[in-house]
Amino acid sequence: MEEKVIICKELTKKFGDFIAVDKISFEVNKGEIFGFLGANGAGKTTAMRMLCGLSFPSSGEASVAGFNVYRQQQYIKRNIGYMSQKFSLYEDLTILENIRFFGGVYGVPAKEIKRRSNSLVEKLGLQSEAKKKVGDLPLGWKQKLAFSVAIFHQPKIVFLDEPTGGVDPVTRRQFWDMIYEAAASGITIFVTTHYMDEAEYCNRITVMVDGKIEALDTPQNLKKQFAVKSIDDVFYQLARGAKRSAD
Amino acid sequence: MKQMKSVTLQNITKTYDKGKVLAVDDVSLTIDKGELFGLIGPDGAGKTSIFRILTTVLLADKGTATVDGFDTVKDYQAIRNRIGYMPGKFSLYQDLTVKENLSFFATLFGTSIEKNYDLIKDIYEQIKPFNNRRAGKLSGGMKQKLALCCALIHKPEVLFLDEPTTGVDVVSRREFWEMLKKLKQQGITILVSTPYMDEAVLCERIALIQNGRIMSVDTPQHIIAAYPVKLFAMRANNIYKLLSDLRKNEQVESSYPFGEYLHVTLKNGNEKDTGELRSWAEKQGHTHIEVKDIEPTIEDSFIRLMNEKKEMALPHS
Repeated sequence: MEEKVIICKELTKKFGDFIAVDKISFEVNKGEIFGFLGANGAGKTTAMRMLCGLSFPSSGEASVAGFNVYRQQQYIKRNIGYMSQKFSLYEDLTILENIRFFGGVYGVPAKEIKRRSNSLVEKLGLQSEAKKKVGDLPLGWKQKLAFSVAIFHQPKIVFLDEPTGGVDPVTRRQFWDMIYEAAASGITIFVTTHYMDEAEYCNRITVMVDGKIEALDTPQNLKKQFAVKSIDDVFYQLARGAKRSAD
Repeated sequence: MKQMKSVTLQNITKTYDKGKVLAVDDVSLTIDKGELFGLIGPDGAGKTSIFRILTTVLLADKGTATVDGFDTVKDYQAIRNRIGYMPGKFSLYQDLTVKENLSFFATLFGTSIEKNYDLIKDIYEQIKPFNNRRAGKLSGGMKQKLALCCALIHKPEVLFLDEPTTGVDVVSRREFWEMLKKLKQQGITILVSTPYMDEAVLCERIALIQNGRIMSVDTPQHIIAAYPVKLFAMRANNIYKLLSDLRKNEQVESSYPFGEYLHVTLKNGNEKDTGELRSWAEKQGHTHIEVKDIEPTIEDSFIRLMNEKKEMALPHS
């Protein structure tokens, strides 16, 4: 039996009469790359916020990294990493200062921070930039650095919200190399993207439409099931019937 | 002859931060009247700077540019009357309703909604039910449609669309490109930018842009045809191991993930065939091997051009 790091049962979030997330159920295995797709307004962000311990569900159950999303939000936060397209490091701090700051926030011991940050900077090939302000880095490097910082405390799961938006095709692939490496080391990857070719890199994907999960399988099985050549077409078939749209 | 050109740029250069940041680097480009032209490149490539120079809201450091025959510096007022501009960032009045925004822009350009109604009809009717909703309360897709209506209301000669589909889902993206095709039929020149390589083939001609420089300008078909070596698509039972094995193989010139396959080029690639890759992979212990010859996409061309320009030399992760 594979270890489950996310278990979701009929998880629901209502805002007044509006059902943003409508009884979604799924499980994510340890070390899996799990793609979370959906049209704008389908409810992806709302679902992700509940799983990250930032918002209480209206009903249903979920556990993340073994912790309950109603009662143990603070433990969830300690055991996950998060990164979004919107750059979230401190632009006025240097690379090393950012690493030290976030490492400290997540309770990594100071000695450990020092050791790991040196090897991280070396691995990213950013030795000569290590003492420069992060704001001066090109977008692709920023995103790679943000990802490295998000997994610096070796979380069980990392949530990536459109991590590669606007990034050039070469850097986008370098970024996915890093995702594969993290997954191989046992970190579970939960990722949303608008690039449908990236959906193919996931072990399994879900497609959300109007708050519900309308499909969940490996990319290959989904293409078979819908008798189409690309995930783009799977997505299009599912999402074009959507009633909702939002940012 | 000059009349046939809708937009020209000659040696346009733009720097920021007292010359420290080179945003646009000696760009020359010509766009014909009635053309649907795409500026394709990632964030930071210089797309928005080019748009802002052409729409006369930013001065270039060097070079000259014209729009509809007018100089972007001397004749900026004439240009402003002749163009529609939809910036990447939503820039309508959030506190005005759909109808008020549209009336406002019509009035500003000395026209009315009714006068050019046929031009915006198809798009406007999709948002008309929300006429009295404030623009700030619209969904992303509806904002995009309203912004396009406002950019079109004075029947511009040239339409500038800066990343209209960024962050928009696949369904809305397809709808948007359908709208552009219809506008093109009305004779409007359209300059559109996008970071999505798959949208490039929907343009008549494209410029691939990276780090402020144009790497290639042509029709998508010609750019694809100019790909200099054979491109193979490959997969096996463990695709990640296959990729790392390919990277150790000295015969391999490049290999990278592309959807469900890896794309591979070989040194002396035009003399090689799929059989060699297959037998190599078998020797490495891979199973369920699939190898085929494929036609490159614009994204493959972009990657190749980027790698050829060694100025991109990223420290490897």
